[in-house]
Amino acid sequence: MTQVKQKVFVANFEELRPRIGREIMVDGSKIAVFRLLDDRVKAIGGVCPHKQGPLAEGIVSGEYVYCPLHEYKVSLLDGKVQEPDDGCVATYETAIEDGKVYVLV
Amino acid sequence: MGREKLLLIGNGMAGVRTIEEILERDAAKYEITIIGEERYTNYNRIMLSNVLQKKMTVDEIITNPMQWYNDNGIKLVHHDPAVKLDTDRKQVTTASGACIEYDKCIIATGSRSFILPVEGAQLEGVLGFRTIDDTVQMIEQAKHYKRAAVIGGGLLGLEAAKGLLDQGMDVTVVHLEKWLMETQLNEPAGNLLKQDLEKQGIKFLMEKRTTRLRGTTRVEAVEFSDGSVLEADLVIMSVGIRPVTGLAKEAGLKVERGIVVDDFMAASARDVYAVGECAQHNNTIYGLVAPLYEQGKVLADVLTDRPTEGYKGSTVSTSLKVSGCDLFSAGIIHERDAIKGIEAFNGLTNSYKKLFIQNNQIVGIVLYGDTSEENRYYKMLRDKLDISALNPVTLLASAAGEASSSVADWDDADTVCGCNGVTKGTIVNAIHTQQLTSVAEVTRCTKAGNSCGKCKSTIGELLTHVLGDKVTKAPTGICGCTDLSRDEIVLQIHEQGLKTSKEVFQALNFRNAEGCSKCRPAINFYLNVTFPQEHQDEKESRFVNERMHGNIQKDGRFSVIPRMRGGQTTPQQLLKIAQVAEKYNVPLVKVTGSQRIGLYGVKKEDLPQIWEELDMTSASAYAKAVRSVKTCVGASFCRFGTQDSMGLGIKLEERYEYIDTPHKFKMGVSACPRSCVESGVKDFGVIGVENGFQIYIGGNGGTEVKEAQLLTTVATEQEVIDLCGAMLQYYRKTGNYAERTAPWIERLGFEHVKSVLLDPEQSKALLAELDEAVAGKRNDPWTEVRNNENREQELYTVGRV
Ligand SMILES: Cc1cc2nc3c(=O)[nH]c(=O)nc-3n(C[C@H](O)[C@H](O)[C@H](O)COP(=O)(O)OP(=O)(O)OC[C@H]3O[C@@H](n4cnc5c(N)ncnc54)[C@H](O)[C@@H]3O)c2cc1C
Ligand code: FES
Repeated sequence: MTQVKQKVFVANFEELRPRIGREIMVDGSKIAVFRLLDDRVKAIGGVCPHKQGPLAEGIVSGEYVYCPLHEYKVSLLDGKVQEPDDGCVATYETAIEDGKVYVLV
Repeated sequence: MGREKLLLIGNGMAGVRTIEEILERDAAKYEITIIGEERYTNYNRIMLSNVLQKKMTVDEIITNPMQWYNDNGIKLVHHDPAVKLDTDRKQVTTASGACIEYDKCIIATGSRSFILPVEGAQLEGVLGFRTIDDTVQMIEQAKHYKRAAVIGGGLLGLEAAKGLLDQGMDVTVVHLEKWLMETQLNEPAGNLLKQDLEKQGIKFLMEKRTTRLRGTTRVEAVEFSDGSVLEADLVIMSVGIRPVTGLAKEAGLKVERGIVVDDFMAASARDVYAVGECAQHNNTIYGLVAPLYEQGKVLADVLTDRPTEGYKGSTVSTSLKVSGCDLFSAGIIHERDAIKGIEAFNGLTNSYKKLFIQNNQIVGIVLYGDTSEENRYYKMLRDKLDISALNPVTLLASAAGEASSSVADWDDADTVCGCNGVTKGTIVNAIHTQQLTSVAEVTRCTKAGNSCGKCKSTIGELLTHVLGDKVTKAPTGICGCTDLSRDEIVLQIHEQGLKTSKEVFQALNFRNAEGCSKCRPAINFYLNVTFPQEHQDEKESRFVNERMHGNIQKDGRFSVIPRMRGGQTTPQQLLKIAQVAEKYNVPLVKVTGSQRIGLYGVKKEDLPQIWEELDMTSASAYAKAVRSVKTCVGASFCRFGTQDSMGLGIKLEERYEYIDTPHKFKMGVSACPRSCVESGVKDFGVIGVENGFQIYIGGNGGTEVKEAQLLTTVATEQEVIDLCGAMLQYYRKTGNYAERTAPWIERLGFEHVKSVLLDPEQSKALLAELDEAVAGKRNDPWTEVRNNENREQELYTVGRV
């Protein structure tokens, strides 16, 4: 079974500031998109599994984001919450075309 | 057979150090008695300057409390001077008539201030500067008298002058020579020093010979040989010191200027020794602790039967303990015969250096303004390095930038603490073997830093260097990314000139290259405070509240709390708030804890528009920053109010709003002691009283309730406002990020914080520093977003599909 993925526009790449997240709502669910310091763009589920904190507002360090509510550390690569806490969020593929950033959902 | 009896006459720095050295070598050998004239147990005399300059208290300079004597089984004949020494019968008599026998006797009676033998020298208000009692008297008299004359512009005189200035006196230094500190400085350096001290407010009369002190019971004026007169109601004599040798002389010991000793510190009678400022070795008497401690070591070896080469004399170096006047001097500092000088002056930084050279060796050093290279040159001098390969330019060229200026690259044999002769190797070894993590611990274990204290920053650097490489985690790290403490990090930011958090993480080897949610905001804050002009605030390192200028709520929505200075509002504002709340379906409107109105549950993307429609500014209710000021209605409406609390509250808020602090900084102004706004639990609380304002600091009403402490009472609103600024800046500079004022004050000590804030000069300097640091930065962030400066509005966008 193949699932066709939808390509959703997030923002112009230039509008995304390194290490400051951007939130988008797709069909009622939140996705947090981040431009890392090395200009890679990563997208994960935007709601922290702990107490539903908005991950897009967290502090970004390397390939992780810290939830602003209780500092859960979430990987931007695989969506896993780091030790000593646990949990995970979804991850999404991203694409940059003509200076525009998309997530695939 | 009982133990041998060791008797020390003189409970001062050199004598007690000798006893410590003996105890370290063989604690059981002697039954020890110490005869002390002063009423204090042994203290760090050097720090009297700091006491007078309000940097320390008398308690803090006591180095050996009574407990130490007890613990070591030492009998202290306290506050009872020795008056007679009988070297035949081997006994000493004290003023109270006690008679003490000895097998070995050490004389360490030090020196006294030399009081010029002029008419009037015995008048009230004429003091030396040598003991705690002198210092306490100076501080006491400074409260009642205004004009001080310090006679003698040497090291001691200048430190006394600075101290009296800090005590609020009008101070004139009278000096016989053409320039200051003429034995340690040459003319250009002496003149630079004078200029700098003049800038700090000290006045000078040069080339004046004092002939008489005028007055009936208390001194009123100083007369000079040229007929001129200086009015003064306090006179400090600091024209030199004289070794205390009377006892030795009467006992028939060989005494010239001092008690004559050989290389093994032995005086001319059997079993009698002398160390310290009272001893004369090879025609030299020393007046600084470093050589005296060396003498003490030799004597300890002698008295515990260890092999020793004996004392061979010392090269001494000098610096001055007055902030803003960095100087260093060592060796021979006057050109003559075969001694030639090379010098350099940097007019931009007002710094000067001169090296004195003989036979291709540096024999003397004078540095003024920039002393960063004292170690480099001092090493060349001490090791008699042949400098023929270096031309004058390379010699004078600054080594800055070269690795050698960092303590990490010093040799193990290099001296870190000149006073105590402690090398880098010894300190590093102690850090490793005894797991030391703070400067205080290093001082306790190695003595480095316990005298003049100027080496403490180097010790700090060394600690950072050693611990930074350590794999095991020291408990001091500010977060999991580093083992460095806040102080160590800030020190390195200063020392290495680290200007971005990226540089900090890299240079200090943080385990996460980009830090974590704990250290990122902290480092950003420290950089903002350290380099207010150069450091670009890093938005991506700010916690969301400060990045978005609203308090994030548990559902990810925000609150909007507009500024109402002093809790005062208008019907127009209330109308606007009502309209906005209705239009945007704001779920909760509430009066906040600090007399504001809050709108809660606002969606992020609505924030800029709401701010626009409110047309009000942000109350910073979400920030680690100066918060709004709570006030009561005060004298204008309340029948108890003594002061215009609302007016003052608004002024305070206007003056300091939008200034970042380590944690939130709350204020309150009450108009009478009923204290309706709970000034007693504010970081900065003001209570109006009949004749002025009481100021309370360090109160917290938060998670840990802490009552504020009374700082002082002042007469005018302006004084309240200025003190508040000084406190803010001191808190910004010394506070740990996320540390409220209560723990901050506890950590620094209330008395210390108080002494800084109430010192007019320090307080003024802090305020000026604050104003400079925040100039052009105290802008309302909401307005910036409304104006879309730096495309700020993008940050509030939420894409919807
Ligand atoms: C304000 C100030 C700042 C200084 N700054 C520095 C500095 O930056 N660096 C530096 O290296 N040095 C500095 N010094 C000098 C340093 O303090 C002295 O070199 C050192 O204290 C000398 O030690 P001492 O034991 O020989 O004398 P002291 O420390 O003076 O001790 C002698 C003790 O013997 C007592 N005594 C005298 N006669 C008798 C008696 N008959 N019976 C019993 N007791 C007696 C005295 O009361 C005194 O307590 C400073 C001194 C002062 C006053
Ligand atoms: S150099 Fe004076 S205490 Fe270390």
